[in-house]
Amino acid sequence: MYELIAQYPLLAALVALVGLGLVFGALLGFAAVRFRAEGNPIVDQVNAILPQTQCGQCGYPGCRPYAEAIVGGDEINKCPPGGQAGIEALADLLDREVIPLDAEHGEEKVPQVAYIREEDCIGCTKCIQACPVDAILGAAKQMHTVIAGECTGCDLCVEPCPVDCIIMIPEEQSLQTWHWQLPDTSRHHADIIATDAGEAA
Amino acid sequence: MRKIFDFHGGIHPEENKHQSLRTPIRCAGIPAQLVLPLAQHIGAPARPVVEVGERVLKGQMIAEGPSVVSAALHAPTSGTITAIESRQVAHPSGFSAPCIVIATDGEERWAPLPPPLDFQHEEPSVLLERIRASGIAGMGGAGFPAAVKLGVKPGTHIDTLIINGTECEPYITADDILMREHAGQIIRGAQMLAHIVQPGETLIGVEDNKPEAIDALRQAAAGSAVEIAVFPTKYPSGGEKQLIEILTGKQVPSGGLPADIGVVCQNVGTTVAICEAVDKGVPLISRITTLTGESLAEPQNFRVLLGTPMSHLLELAGYDSSRNRRLVMGGPMMGFTVPNPGVPVVKTTNCILAPTESELPSPPPAQACIRCGMCAEACPASLLPQQLYWFARGREFEKAEQHHLFDCIECGACSYVCPSSIPLVQYYRAAKAEVMQLRRDAEKAEHSRLRFEARQERLAREEEEKEARRAARKKAAEEKARLAAQSGASEEDPIQAAIERAKAKKAAQAAGAASGEGPGEQEKLEKAVATTRERLEKATAKLEAARTEGADHVAALETGVEKTRAKLAAAEQALSQYLEANPPVAEKSAPEPTDAAQAAIQKAMAARAAAASKSPLEKARDDLQKLEVRLLKSEARLAEGRAAGEEEKIIIALESTVERLHEKVAAARADVAKQEAG
Repeated sequence: MYELIAQYPLLAALVALVGLGLVFGALLGFAAVRFRAEGNPIVDQVNAILPQTQCGQCGYPGCRPYAEAIVGGDEINKCPPGGQAGIEALADLLDREVIPLDAEHGEEKVPQVAYIREEDCIGCTKCIQACPVDAILGAAKQMHTVIAGECTGCDLCVEPCPVDCIIMIPEEQSLQTWHWQLPDTSRHHADIIATDAGEAA
Repeated sequence: MRKIFDFHGGIHPEENKHQSLRTPIRCAGIPAQLVLPLAQHIGAPARPVVEVGERVLKGQMIAEGPSVVSAALHAPTSGTITAIESRQVAHPSGFSAPCIVIATDGEERWAPLPPPLDFQHEEPSVLLERIRASGIAGMGGAGFPAAVKLGVKPGTHIDTLIINGTECEPYITADDILMREHAGQIIRGAQMLAHIVQPGETLIGVEDNKPEAIDALRQAAAGSAVEIAVFPTKYPSGGEKQLIEILTGKQVPSGGLPADIGVVCQNVGTTVAICEAVDKGVPLISRITTLTGESLAEPQNFRVLLGTPMSHLLELAGYDSSRNRRLVMGGPMMGFTVPNPGVPVVKTTNCILAPTESELPSPPPAQACIRCGMCAEACPASLLPQQLYWFARGREFEKAEQHHLFDCIECGACSYVCPSSIPLVQYYRAAKAEVMQLRRDAEKAEHSRLRFEARQERLAREEEEKEARRAARKKAAEEKARLAAQSGASEEDPIQAAIERAKAKKAAQAAGAASGEGPGEQEKLEKAVATTRERLEKATAKLEAARTEGADHVAALETGVEKTRAKLAAAEQALSQYLEANPPVAEKSAPEPTDAAQAAIQKAMAARAAAASKSPLEKARDDLQKLEVRLLKSEARLAEGRAAGEEEKIIIALESTVERLHEKVAAARADVAKQEAG
């Protein structure tokens, strides 16, 4: 064996390298089939950042289609519910530039909850069909109501209502949702010395 | 003497404890009204089990804990429930929260209490149940339900039970005076806790600035297994994690619980409450609260019924509101400003501080961070407050979390030492809240996503089922047709017949259209008008019926009628426009493939042939005649319409037609006259 290798060094090297190549090629080929990733993992990651209000303000029928569009090269600033924070998170994930929210698709608003004025509801079920997360409860000719905890505030139910009985109420702050705010840094003259602060104020 | 450890950092602020220790505990009495917030503890708010107007007795449960991490609420004295509503509570937000309001009757009539338990002969689970039912929540300030904390997971061995009598925050003396006056109950309570968690050792940790309390405890503990551990005063050694490190030398892991390293910690106030609950069956209805500060003439400790308005206590302590700048619940380091003095005392109100401006000056404006690092030296949790400050300020919450933001105990030591007076703790509190908010949002988003996907799936499934049903129907029909064909042609196939009929109709229509596309169009328009009118009539009838019945959907029906009416008008307009555009065609050839129509066509053709051979004068005369006939017809129609009470629009259209015909007749007459003259 050794003699054979010593006799034909070039051939031996060639055989060894080709052999190695075949082995690793087979290994990689097997791995590609065996450990194949289902779907596009980037889309899932983008979808995880989107707020899942399913409001369609971006122009796509839901958050996932927009996530697919973003991965396909669409702009990342079309999601008003996600706001600037959402854009920053997307920019961070996709290594794109942070751009301001596209006003064409709406403005960043405080979270809202749909509310059905029950005395006006005629039970037409149109809003139930419009709700992307099945957050409206009711039946034909029966009064409907919104399950507030499930409502994403997408306001897709407002337009189909024939008697205009759905209103969007901004989510109220309660003891449970209240929290400390960051100190207002603009108010403090942080860059002047203390003795000047009195005069400046 | 046991070995005492030290923890990193800490500060030595002025203690200011002696002011409120000059007199023994004083009973604050019964105010006219008690306001009991339903959320006085960490966890789910309690759920009221009484109704407005109900009479309650002292110690009666008025709200129950709906889940495990919650605490029940009991009437602190007898009286009547006057309201269950939102009232302002002691909270930094100044918000209102649901409260039970009791108008007291001053009679102090007790409800029947559960029987005393001989703790040494009871199962720990029985004691835990009693503690839970008594609504006991951590009285040191955090308010965590005591039973949950003591309910150690099975299999976890507890080495050390620590009773926290440290009370390191300046001004507060509620625990100090409790240890002096109720040392026996503390020791007994500690023994009960030891019976529940079965620790290797039981310690009561006290700072060395409370010699009287230490003496009292030592006397009471003589002969028992409870050890009094005394250590040097330093803020914040009363923090649970700090105290554990001082007494055991072990650090609670980041994000972990003391039970993870075999330690359970309870406050002395909680221990006394547990002792009362087990020995006498008395639930948690009162607590010791320190009233102190230079705005008070007599700073002292009170035994207060829960729900007592702070203003009641302040009055007893000789409060001078003109000297007071702000009212603080808790101590000067960790307390918060109370929105107004009317808010009630709750289970966690250990101190009400009414300082003067000179005593506790407003913080000077914050200046730039000079990166001196004093905050890092003072931090008892060994964090990098300066780094956290930059991250919080830059809203880089993820990085702040990586720097263990959630290990911050918000003790305020960093703000205290900061030479630039930066309100550091506020940054950390806000950053923590933001992170929690983000987590909540992410949770909600995930929930919405699942619901959305479930809905999409359902819709797809429904569509599929519909498609399947449609296919099945089609197949059945085909099968039937095949069978019919097989059974012989004698039986006429209805489908085939229908198809034939449809074909014939189409052919007829095509024929009509071929003979001049106008009439087909006109027919369509007329049909549209007729059907719409029919619908309108039906809708109007329905509306009338609804009106007489007084049904709710009158408004909806009205809009429906309105819409149908508009449609009818549009259809009619289209028809009249069409008629206007090509009236002669309509006259010339009627499209109906009936005999009458055929005859009309022939007549028209004959007329045309005749017209071709006529002189211009004759032609003009014929035209005039025809026009006159048309005019008469139109006038008759108009009169008919008016009599039938047709709609205004139709009448107007008819009128305009008549008018036009008049003009045409006039023109034709002029033409005839000209021909005759010429």
